[in-house]
Amino acid sequence: MASQRIPVTLTINGQKIVRDIEPRTLLVHFLRDELNLTGTHVGCDTSQCGACTILLDNQAVKSCTVLAIQADGSEIVTVEGLEQEQLHPIQEAFREKHGLQCGFCTPGAMMLGAYLLNHNGPLTEETIREQLDGLLCRCTGYENIVRSIQRANEIMNERQNAQQAARATGVG
Amino acid sequence: MYTAPFEYRRADTVEQAIGWLANDPENSKVLAGGHSLLPLMKLVLAQPQVLIDIGRITALKGIRIEGDDVQIGAFTTYREIVESPEVNEFCPLLAQAAQTVGDVQVRNRGTIGGSLCHADPQADMPAAVLALDAELLIEGPSGQRTQSIDGFFLAPFITSLAPGEILTAVKIPKLPAGAHTTYLKRPHPASGYPLVGVGIWLTVHDQVIDNGHIGITGIADLPFRARHLEDFLKGRLLDAATIAQAGPLAADDANLDDDPYKKNLLQVYVTRALSQFGESFAAKGLNGKS
Ligand SMILES: Cc1cc2nc3c(=O)[nH]c(=O)nc-3n(C[C@H](O)[C@H](O)[C@H](O)COP(=O)(O)OP(=O)(O)OC[C@H]3O[C@@H](n4cnc5c(N)ncnc54)[C@H](O)[C@@H]3O)c2cc1C
Ligand code: FES
Ligand code: FES
Repeated sequence: MASQRIPVTLTINGQKIVRDIEPRTLLVHFLRDELNLTGTHVGCDTSQCGACTILLDNQAVKSCTVLAIQADGSEIVTVEGLEQEQLHPIQEAFREKHGLQCGFCTPGAMMLGAYLLNHNGPLTEETIREQLDGLLCRCTGYENIVRSIQRANEIMNERQNAQQAARATGVG
Repeated sequence: MYTAPFEYRRADTVEQAIGWLANDPENSKVLAGGHSLLPLMKLVLAQPQVLIDIGRITALKGIRIEGDDVQIGAFTTYREIVESPEVNEFCPLLAQAAQTVGDVQVRNRGTIGGSLCHADPQADMPAAVLALDAELLIEGPSGQRTQSIDGFFLAPFITSLAPGEILTAVKIPKLPAGAHTTYLKRPHPASGYPLVGVGIWLTVHDQVIDNGHIGITGIADLPFRARHLEDFLKGRLLDAATIAQAGPLAADDANLDDDPYKKNLLQVYVTRALSQFGESFAAKGLNGKS
């Protein structure tokens, strides 16, 4: 039975990936061990800490608790895929506000933050604190993580406004 | 951490899943969101030989109105329940309970069907689903049947699902217009699962309680309806005196006599949950009209 291998097709950070895998391969192992995308961390491996958080079809999920084969056909964004032409607002903000200490939980913190920027209506400090339930930071750097997510929200809005202004004036 | 090896099958239809389950119901398991099953398999506390993934069966997804019921597919996530306009209009208690489950990431993956079939006595949804008088739609080798939620939970982690059966949907009668609802939970400080969870809906006219149901989870061997308490409340004024008498009655439907801590915790949480309604009426000038 150990020999069953099944094909899986995933779009990871915009790139289509096809592999034959053992069904028991967890998504986090697929990312780290098969694709060498080691930005996604394994903290607890028991679904508690959120260090392994990635976006699966735009939803923040714990990749240690999803089989790669369950994600077949899906789009995945990992911390390596955040940066486009410029740093993602969440990256910019974590740098500016010192949102990390040892950095271990940071990939999960940034992916959860990136999710919250797009999914929770108005991001008040209270909602951010509530939603950070899904992240354990062993350095207990929560204050700066909250500030970083707040700042990322501002950066996102600033960029959108700048884009609109540029469009309005016919530039860009 | 890898699980033991297993054979993976992805079902496109309920019939296909049931057919595969029937091949070897003892050694096969349905995989929904995987947020109870995969952690158990990683710890080798469960070791199914065949996993039947029901996550792509469109018939098991989504929320719709069917006459006087809100019908929720078994493979509907907590997040979808929390965000559903139908749920928030007709049975908000379900969304209130779903909102307290785990964390953001867990609510994005875990399903209502998975929660009910897993039958963890510490799960949140059973309190709401019991108070809401849900009917479960079940399919198996011998066809379809419905089962009231009352009687579905037989023992911790054991339900009335026969081998080879699948839960397909949860049917919830719309609450009476103007019903007040709340779900109040005392989360375990480490796990976040409820030490006690109290789900209540009440209809109140002129501050008198007409009707109401109370589901309780987390505290006893099984989630239960607090029927003695419900009977007591009917026809009474929703005021401080009633609430003070009501609290201790919740334990009448559970066997907690040898656990004074739990008995007290239950009383405190039932009193607090009822007081929330009291407060919302007080804010409206104590006439209870809303
Ligand atoms: C970190 C963490 C925190 C959590 N916190 C809470 C919490 O606070 N409160 C709470 O209530 N829960 C909590 N949970 C559990 C979570 O709610 C699970 O999602 C839920 O218990 C199972 O749903 P699932 O869809 O993931 O099911 P799965 O794990 O896929 O399945 C669970 C069981 O049900 C069976 N099953 C699933 N669907 C069906 C079906 N349609 N028909 C027949 N059998 C089926 C499976 O075979 C399996 O035995 C938590 C989980 C995690 C990982
Ligand atoms: S490694 Fe996935 S939640 Fe901790
Ligand atoms: S920065 Fe060290 S664990 Fe969060």
